[in-house]
Amino acid sequence: MSDLPFRILPEINDLNRPFWTSGRSGELHFLCCADCGYVVHPPTPMCPRDLSKNLVPQAVSGRATVATFTINHQPWMPGPELPYVVAIVEIDEQPSVRLTTNIINCAPADVFVGMPVRVVFEHRPVEDGEDLWIPLFEPAPVRAGA
Amino acid sequence: MSLSRDDLIERRACITGIGQSQIGRRLYRDPLELTLDACVAAIRDAGLTTRDIDGLSTYPGMAATPAGFSGAHATQVHDALRLEVGWYGSGIETSGQLGSVINACLAVGAGLANHVLCFRSVWEGSAQGSKGRKASMPGAGRGGDFRASGIMEWTLPFYAPSAAVWIAMFAQRHFHQFGTTREQLAQIALNGRRNAALNPAAIYRDPMTIDDYFNARIISTPFCLFDCDVPADGATAVIVSRRERARDLRRKPIGVEAVGTALRGRPSWDQFDDLSTMANRDAAAHMWTRTDLKPSDVDVAQLYDGFSFLALSWLEALGFCPVGEGGPFIEGGARIARDGELPLNTHGGQLSAGRLHGYGFLHEACVQLWEEGGDRQVANHPRVAVAAAGGGNTCGCMLLVRE
Repeated sequence: MSDLPFRILPEINDLNRPFWTSGRSGELHFLCCADCGYVVHPPTPMCPRDLSKNLVPQAVSGRATVATFTINHQPWMPGPELPYVVAIVEIDEQPSVRLTTNIINCAPADVFVGMPVRVVFEHRPVEDGEDLWIPLFEPAPVRAGA
Repeated sequence: MSLSRDDLIERRACITGIGQSQIGRRLYRDPLELTLDACVAAIRDAGLTTRDIDGLSTYPGMAATPAGFSGAHATQVHDALRLEVGWYGSGIETSGQLGSVINACLAVGAGLANHVLCFRSVWEGSAQGSKGRKASMPGAGRGGDFRASGIMEWTLPFYAPSAAVWIAMFAQRHFHQFGTTREQLAQIALNGRRNAALNPAAIYRDPMTIDDYFNARIISTPFCLFDCDVPADGATAVIVSRRERARDLRRKPIGVEAVGTALRGRPSWDQFDDLSTMANRDAAAHMWTRTDLKPSDVDVAQLYDGFSFLALSWLEALGFCPVGEGGPFIEGGARIARDGELPLNTHGGQLSAGRLHGYGFLHEACVQLWEEGGDRQVANHPRVAVAAAGGGNTCGCMLLVRE
């Protein structure tokens, strides 16, 4: 069995399955409107912009920017080592789409608003169920020419 | 104001009585009994009897909520007092805790009822008991089989189960964007504690210094322990009456001048369009469209401080200072003190008086307008008060006038 720390996992349904399982391919996926291109998150059965039901999972670059964060010291639940960083990141392709997530692979004190980050998946094997890939973020190398 | 007077049906409503139960950190008393104590106190305060009450409203009522979050459902109070109502309602999907009072104003304004009993009851202190706040965490103690759904789907898997974590991120964004500091934020907690010292019903009354604040343990940056309210037990009730039925009652009614209920941004903690503000931006702006009064007319402000930053955020949302200048506005604390230009949370707020969840601010607004604050009463006969409650994606506010 896995020696990963305790983490509460999401309940999976047809709408959110692409988001929570697409890490299998190494790429973050969101539900997108095939008619107008709008990224719909959290996933719903209808595009809020043009009311189309033609929604399909689509890969994004996995790059994002830290919009805000907090260094949490309170032991709310078993699992993570304290302190840990909870952040809201905005995805590059459509910054109005945000994810609450954890920033990992860096010291909490090094996280800042505006920090470029990239997705890194934590693979969660699930006995008698679907494996899940939890999208976490880590510092992204600065892009050439950026 | 583009609305006509006839549109503003909240003005057909007024507040005629208030009541509170015993309040404490952990009382281990029947929450329905606490609720009924507050309700009966409010009914008697108005000079009414249970037979006069023909409306009932509460937040959140029967809802899937953490332990102790809902001390009594509407149905329980309805039956316990054998009320005969023309209108009743409860729910959590409304404009914050005061949404339930605003609904009552609209109901009496529409003539569905004459005297609506509104209440909010919590017993989170006793419900969590010695297990502390962990006991109220979604999924706590439910091991690996519990799965997160609803809005918790997007926060729980990232060890972010608490509003402390979510609101800390709003505060952090505000700090980043506007240069707000912990020294400034501390004034919300220090001001509350100074006022609570003069409020016999407040839970935390020992003096607090800026050093105490900075020595407190960090919960989730930038929040320390004293930026966060504490689970408590207690109930608050208010009577909302139809104006023409209030004339001969025991008290001079407090007029409802305007209410704010809007939510234009996405109803979400992390997808809201501007992370340096909240739903209070929309509710407050909405309220000012329904009155000719201005922020400068307000004599006393009772603004939700379940977390210190929420009160700062309400100050900006309500226009007491420009957006981004909440930090300098409260710096040093003189401006928001009882003898300052805008006395704030004169009972101690939720941070020091106790987490009565929204209704405590409305209760105190009425106390101040009736000039019954005793040692904590602000001087100069306050005439206009604002009561505001909620944070994140659910907020509502009321402007009250002593007539």
